[in-house]
Amino acid sequence: MDTDLARTWVQAIAAAVEKHKDHLTQLDSAIGDADHGVNMHRGFSATTMALADYKADTPGAVLVKTGSTLISSVGGASGPLYGGAFRAIGKALDMAAADPRQFAAALAAGLASVQKLGAAAPGDKTMIDAYAPALAAFRQQADAGADFAAAAVAAADAAEEGMRATSPMQARKGRASYLGARSIGHQDPGATSTALIFRALAETVVAR
Amino acid sequence: MKKLINSPDDVLADALVGVAAAHPSLTVNPSDRYIVRAGGPTAGKVGLVSGGGSGHEPLHGGFVGYGMLDAACPGEVFTSPVPDQILAATRAVDGGAGVLHIVKNYTGDVLNFQMAADLAADDGVWVEGVVVNDDVAVENSTWTAGRRGTGATVFVEKIVGAAAELGADLASAAALGREVNDRSRSFGVALTPCTVPASGKPGFELGEDEIELGVGIHGEPGRARGRLVSAKEIVGVALDAIHADLPLSGEVLVMVNGLGGTPLIELYVVYAAVAEWLAGHGVWITRNLVGNYMTSLEMAGCTITVCRLTPQLTHLWDVPVETPALRWGR
Repeated sequence: MDTDLARTWVQAIAAAVEKHKDHLTQLDSAIGDADHGVNMHRGFSATTMALADYKADTPGAVLVKTGSTLISSVGGASGPLYGGAFRAIGKALDMAAADPRQFAAALAAGLASVQKLGAAAPGDKTMIDAYAPALAAFRQQADAGADFAAAAVAAADAAEEGMRATSPMQARKGRASYLGARSIGHQDPGATSTALIFRALAETVVAR
Repeated sequence: MKKLINSPDDVLADALVGVAAAHPSLTVNPSDRYIVRAGGPTAGKVGLVSGGGSGHEPLHGGFVGYGMLDAACPGEVFTSPVPDQILAATRAVDGGAGVLHIVKNYTGDVLNFQMAADLAADDGVWVEGVVVNDDVAVENSTWTAGRRGTGATVFVEKIVGAAAELGADLASAAALGREVNDRSRSFGVALTPCTVPASGKPGFELGEDEIELGVGIHGEPGRARGRLVSAKEIVGVALDAIHADLPLSGEVLVMVNGLGGTPLIELYVVYAAVAEWLAGHGVWITRNLVGNYMTSLEMAGCTITVCRLTPQLTHLWDVPVETPALRWGR
């Protein structure tokens, strides 16, 4: 993961969010307040603009800038949660290029930020249910000596599996928790956008 | 979707232009997106800042003025404001006595206000927060994000606003806000859903004879679905839920609040049923509000909020207030 790859990754996320904006909002209207796609789209559009004329020497600088822009533009819980995660990932990547093990450590810092702010645990039907398995898969591949592409693809697959697994869960955090048992049977919008982010990483790395 | 808008993306910006044009007593900062009293901060007075997603008007911008808020931070429709907005508003109202954040208990609002409070503290502005969580429809347990903040927010803003005007310091203003919240409970019911402009579709669907019980103020579905029954029966369900959680007695302040799509005549029908139910339980309504104070776009339905008064709270409720949406005594 170098500076260029970080930029391309964020651009790929912005494109994926644009493409899936209505789907995210539709998922959110079932168990939330119908704004997740709109908010993520506003945030990543602002990020694309902020990064266009932003000079960075490290992948970390790109991702810290991404996180700060998300915090300033998304609102809702997603702004601080995703913004804080990207800032934490970025702060752990203060080097010209990170190998898979270093990137796994950065992803872990991002997850720790989400858990600290959101106080959610696996199984609560949140973005953590996609993020935690993605991190575990990436780390397992990295520890086994796999290359970046193999680790990123494994992480994206695990994130999507985790995302699908949120459907039967009852929400215990976030706005969906107000529905109680009525949240069961709906896929979590936050886990879905997290899966998009990991799939964008895999596609970016593989394309290179 | 049929709405009086120019473009779904410009609803908030266009509305803020209208707020500024309609109310010379307010100043709107369009870039940082906050609404403040036109006179600037009041020296030596605790500044009160609230905010949250838009779509609940007149909450919160309509409550900026003498005796209530110093600033309001409107987020996008049903989306909490971002820390930058809240920080800018906090700085703008700091009169040297610190700033109180009044926050409805939603994950996004709490996170964004907390981030802004941390940044303000770095600047040397003393910030305290009161989190409002009065909605009895949500179980307050580890199984949820906690109770939602609804109608009691209006009570907290009015009563703490009065105390701040009379010279309360930051710690006692915060303690008073928590006392009002602790003594208040709400229950909401929806007859129709509402449509977020940027989404274009209703948040949920209801049959002709169906209602959502325990609904929130963001178009999110409620706790359970029920059949449309008489206003008296609906009020019975709401007040039973409130009374089971906070036994009611003595003097109370009641708000029957329209969610945006319910005519005032129906709110008075509801108020009559509330008054009858409370009288039957030996509870005396000494102060009330009936009208649209915390809406949910065009949703039909209402929220009922009850606050157990003390002589001090009654006194503070009666202190003059002069805002676009609430004014008396001045």
